Amino acid sequence: MLKKTNSFVFTILLSFISITLFAQEEGGKAEMADTMRSNGKIYVVVAVCLTILIGLLLYLIRLDRKISKMEKLGGGGQ
Amino acid sequence: MQKSWWKIACIILLIYTIVAGFLMPVPALRQLQETIRNLYFHVCMWFAMMILFTVSAVNSIKYLRHTKLIHDVKAGEYASTGIVMGLLGYATGSIWASYTWADPNNPAYASFGSIVREPKLIGAAMALLIYFAYFVLRSSITDIDKRARVSAVYNIFAYAMLFPSIWIVPRLLPSLHPGQEGNPALNFNDIDAGMRMVFYPAVIGWTLLGVWITTLKIRLKKIADKNILHA
Repeated sequence: MLKKTNSFVFTILLSFISITLFAQEEGGKAEMADTMRSNGKIYVVVAVCLTILIGLLLYLIRLDRKISKMEKLGGGGQ
Repeated sequence: MQKSWWKIACIILLIYTIVAGFLMPVPALRQLQETIRNLYFHVCMWFAMMILFTVSAVNSIKYLRHTKLIHDVKAGEYASTGIVMGLLGYATGSIWASYTWADPNNPAYASFGSIVREPKLIGAAMALLIYFAYFVLRSSITDIDKRARVSAVYNIFAYAMLFPSIWIVPRLLPSLHPGQEGNPALNFNDIDAGMRMVFYPAVIGWTLLGVWITTLKIRLKKIADKNILHA
């Protein structure tokens, strides 16, 4: 179990490996003068997309559970 | 549910991708503007497709070595999820291209002509069509062992064809698609450091999602064909 937790933490950490490379960035920040941002409604889009993503993931978890149950029953299921 | 650390990692990374992908600042390039955020979605589909096809090819080789049917099932399911990812990459790419490549001052058909000639698009279409043929081949042979053997050989050929059609030929011809001189998303010099912090987790997250879906399909197949696979 500890090994699994370690590899989980490791994956998360490794995927942020580029954080160290910020030192090479130049001072100039990217300009964000687009309408998409200025009206501040981008959070609506984030919320919508998150809802879709979480919905899909929940569906996937449910499927996973169902298949596990079928595996336990030894095939048949229905 | 089979609990695995990578399923949790997939969920966390994908949620992070959506939140950070939309909210983190990105460099405002003249042509792309905010659409560069598609890098976290469109490009990741192709990465996931490539990884899934690789796993599929490895399973085909395994089948030819050990002739265990489970490897054939795995090869088929990984290839089918890979195709789904590829189609999503194609669809998202066509939306992206129609707002960044097409010239709004010209009638649509004028831009259409140059977009249709894109070597990257033709190459990707070829690669996907070759994989479609893999499934035509699979479903046309009724004998299980023969199907497994023939489709394993074909799958290795299809994987080999990926390289000229999506990696080599598009780089030899002029194209509007980025990536002419190398691997744009992987080149340390031309992707913004802030974007890399979202892009790499996004690639891992979407790939894990593909793997998750595939493992479910494999498990379902194992239940359905229990007496054949006796696994």
